[in-house]
Amino acid sequence: MSGLTFNDPFGSLGDFIRGFLLGLGLPAPWVTFIQFLLGAVVLIGATMGGGAIVLIWIERKVGARFQDRLGPNRVGPFGIFQNFADAVKLITKEDITPSGADKTVFNLAPLLVVMSVVGLWAVMPFAPSLIGADLNVGVLYLLSIGGVGTLGIMLAGMSSNNKYALLGALRAVAMLVSFEIPMALVLLVPTMLAGSMGTVQIVESQSTWFVALAPVAALIFFISSVAEIGRAPFDLLEAESEIVAGYNIEYSGMKFGLFMVSEFLHAFTVSALTAVLFLGGWRGPGAETYPLLGLLYFLIKSGAVYFIIIWFRFSSPRVRIDQMMALNWKFLTPLALAVVVVTAVVQKLAESLGWPMTPSLLGANVLLALLTLAVLRSHARAMRQRAESQGEPQPGPIAGAVRGA
Amino acid sequence: MTLLQVFFLVTAAVMLVGSWLVVTSRRLVHAGLWLILVMAGVAAMLVILEASFLAVVEVLVYIGAISILIIFAVMLTRRVMDDSGPQSTPMWWVAGLVSLLLLGGLLAVFARMPSLLVSSAELPADQATLLSDLGRSLVDANRFVLPFELASILLLAAMVGAIFIARPEAGVEGGEDK
Repeated sequence: MSGLTFNDPFGSLGDFIRGFLLGLGLPAPWVTFIQFLLGAVVLIGATMGGGAIVLIWIERKVGARFQDRLGPNRVGPFGIFQNFADAVKLITKEDITPSGADKTVFNLAPLLVVMSVVGLWAVMPFAPSLIGADLNVGVLYLLSIGGVGTLGIMLAGMSSNNKYALLGALRAVAMLVSFEIPMALVLLVPTMLAGSMGTVQIVESQSTWFVALAPVAALIFFISSVAEIGRAPFDLLEAESEIVAGYNIEYSGMKFGLFMVSEFLHAFTVSALTAVLFLGGWRGPGAETYPLLGLLYFLIKSGAVYFIIIWFRFSSPRVRIDQMMALNWKFLTPLALAVVVVTAVVQKLAESLGWPMTPSLLGANVLLALLTLAVLRSHARAMRQRAESQGEPQPGPIAGAVRGA
Repeated sequence: MTLLQVFFLVTAAVMLVGSWLVVTSRRLVHAGLWLILVMAGVAAMLVILEASFLAVVEVLVYIGAISILIIFAVMLTRRVMDDSGPQSTPMWWVAGLVSLLLLGGLLAVFARMPSLLVSSAELPADQATLLSDLGRSLVDANRFVLPFELASILLLAAMVGAIFIARPEAGVEGGEDK
C-alpha cells in the first residue's frame, strides 16, 4: 500500500481504502461492495451537489450573455452563491401533492428521472484509471438507462391528475422514444471503430478522435442528445406557452428541484458522452502519465460541448411537434442508417485494401454529407414549388424542419 | 451466507411480491409498474449470473421499450386516473388453464434436472469472447441464422402492418392530402 502518488492518485486512493477496510477485519467481498458503494456515494454527491449547482450558475451566466443581460450578480462575487440561495428556497417550499394524484407514483417519478441521469455516470471514463464500472456493454447500458428516464417522465405526467401534465408526458414520450432510434444507430459507429462497446476501450482506441473519422455520426449523436434532454429547440415537452409547464407542472418544492437538477445534469452528461465517444475523452498530451491531467482534458472537452448546447438553447426557437417528428423520422433516422452502412463498408474496405483509415472514412463522410445536402435541397425546392402552385404561403413540415435544423 | 446469496434472496423476494401484485393490483397502470419491478429483478438476476449483456438488454428492451409501450397503451385507451374496472375477463378460465399447463411443464423440466442445488458453472473470465460468439452464432449458417432472419421478417411485417393501419385515408379530415 503506497501512499498517494501523483502518477496514479485514484488507483492508490482505492488501494488505500481497500487496505484500511481489510485491516479492520472485513471479508474481501464485503470490502469490494463497500468500495463500490463509497464510490457511488462520492460520485452522486459530487455530480448532484457540487456539479449541478455550478452547472446551473454557468448556464445562467452564459445564457444571460447570449441574451445581452448580466445574469445573477447580487449574491456573492459574480452571483456565484445565487444558486445556493435558490436551493435553500426550493427545500423550504411547501411540498404539495395534488388531490386525486397517484401518490406513490407521483413521488417515485422524480427519483426515477434523477436516477437515470446519475446512472449514466457509472460508465463514464473520467481519467485513465477513474471509472465507476468498466462494463463491456457500456454503450448498450447508456441506452437502457435512458429508457428509465423516459419512464419517470411518463409517470410524472400520468400521476399528476392534470391534463397539461399528461399532454406534456405524451409529447415527451413520443419525442424521447423517437430520438432514441437515430441515437442507438449512431452509437454503433464508435462501437465499430473501436471494436468494443466498453467506454474505456472506445476512449483508448481514439488515437485520432472519432469526430474526424465519423463527423456525420457525431453530429447526429449531438442533435439527438439535445432532443433527448428536452431542451430548446426541442423543449416542446415543457413548452410554457402551449402546455403551461408540461409533465412537471404539479410538482413543487424539492421534487420540482429534482426535475430541474436532473435536466441540467443531463445536459452536461450528454456533453460528457459526446466528449467520450467522439472527442477522445480524457486523451491528450501527457494524460497517460498524469491521470489528473486526463480529468482536466475530459472536463474541458465536456465543457466545450456544454457551451454549444447552451448556445443552441438560447438562440433557437422551439420546433413544432410535426417538425420534430419529420426531422427525426425523415431526416435523422435514414441518415443514421446510411452512416452505419457507409462506415462499416468503408472500414472493412480500407482494412482489406490497405487504404489509410482516416482519410477514407473522412472522405466517405464528406461525400455522404454532400449527398444529403443535395437531396434536402431538391426536396425543399419541390416543396416550395408545390406550395407556390397551390398558393399556400406556409412551407411544408419537412422543409420547415430542415430550415429549423 | 455469502453476499451473493443475500442479493439473490432479496431479489427473489422482491420479484415474488412484485409478480403477485401484477395480477392483484386494481389499477392497470400499477400492474404495469409492478411488472417493471419484476423485469428489473430479472435483470438483477442476470447480473448475479454474470450475464451483463443479457441484463442490459433486459433493461433496454423490456423496461425501456415494452413496458413503456404497455403503459402508453393503457394511458391512451382507458381513463387512467379513475380506472378500476373488472379484474377478470369472462375468459379467465382459459388463462388459468394455460397457466396451469405452463406450471406443469416447468415442474416437469425441473424434475428432470439432476439437482436443484447444483452451483452455477464458472464462466470464462473473458466475457468479450462470449459476447462475440453470441454475435457470430446469429449469423452463422450452421447455427441460428434461420430463426434470426425469420424474426426479422416477422418484425418487418409487423412494422409494415402498423404503418398500413395508422395511415390516414386520403381526403379524410385530419389526414395528410398527398
